[in-house]
Amino acid sequence: MGQVHPASMKQETRVGLGQLFLKFLVIGSVSFGGGIIAYLQRMLVDEMHWLTKDQFLAALEVSQTLPGTNSANMSVIVGDVFCGPIGAVVAFLGMTLPGAILVFVLAVGSGAGRHNPIAHAALMGVTAGAVGILAAITFRTGKEQFVHFPDVLVVAVTFVGMSFLKIPLLVLVIVLGGIAVFLHRPRQAAKATDRV
Amino acid sequence: MFNLKLYISLLATFAFLSIQAVGGGAAVLPEMERTLHGTFGLNDAEFVQAYGLGQLVPGPNMLMVIVLGYRIGGTIGALIAFVAFFLPVSLIVFFVTRYLRHLAASPWKSAVRDGLAPVTIGLMAAGVYAMGKAATTTWLTIAIAAAIFALMVRTKINPVLLVLACAIFGAFLLPRV
Repeated sequence: MGQVHPASMKQETRVGLGQLFLKFLVIGSVSFGGGIIAYLQRMLVDEMHWLTKDQFLAALEVSQTLPGTNSANMSVIVGDVFCGPIGAVVAFLGMTLPGAILVFVLAVGSGAGRHNPIAHAALMGVTAGAVGILAAITFRTGKEQFVHFPDVLVVAVTFVGMSFLKIPLLVLVIVLGGIAVFLHRPRQAAKATDRV
Repeated sequence: MFNLKLYISLLATFAFLSIQAVGGGAAVLPEMERTLHGTFGLNDAEFVQAYGLGQLVPGPNMLMVIVLGYRIGGTIGALIAFVAFFLPVSLIVFFVTRYLRHLAASPWKSAVRDGLAPVTIGLMAAGVYAMGKAATTTWLTIAIAAAIFALMVRTKINPVLLVLACAIFGAFLLPRV
């Protein structure tokens, strides 16, 4: 992909603010159970043809490189590309508001129902299941990685540093992240090092 | 009651956590659990429960910060957690993609992404460990977590259904305190 990056995406496709909001609102409403990036790709690339696959992947790469949640970052980038700052706000709100309202209702409801023994037991079940879900997501993400030795070592050291040595996250990210990024440093400037 | 000090503290905490979320929101979970416990005395099991509730709704999983904000500071706390966790990072993303284009074209971008990926995995694993320690304390809860893990890895069942099944299973089979 190389030269394709989000800022160069301004293209002939015209997208209205209302349409932008509506499309992200749909994603924000139907993306139950994670996999929101896949929903985004289907909508932006396959259905609406607002972005080519390469443009989508370029924006995704930026979203993953910068801090924050990937899907929220994507909404900001894509919204800005098509409708400027207001577009960024609109796309972000469309994607997050349905879930935000729903999870707020769940927070209030579960808070109120906590003293009911049955509701409490149900929440304990949800809590236990949550561990299984994060474990599975971690396993899946880890498996997708192309794992070679230094990477596995970084995984292990990060885990130990966080869980047992109680090192502050920022220190871990700067030190270990710095080392890991150096290990992955671009070998030759001229070579196309941008991989998808 | 309007507890300004609490709200400012919530704002600072979630904003600081968000900019440390490398490679996605899940990476920041162990630090978030630790910080919220340390700063606001939030129960670890409640943290895990918030993650579980976050799985039930569409949109980014990290909307769970709304549950956490609500537990700590009520409705205003929920709003503050939402804004604090998403706004600063969104501004960073906005300005970097807009005004620092050359960074996006730099070969270092891939290095940063690929280099941070194993750090992210390690942090997620630490999240599993921390959440497991807080939430799977009996054989039955360990069995639930293990069953959900197996179903997630082996099948394509939507996690929403799995969480709902956990709620039903818990309501019937877990001890009622």
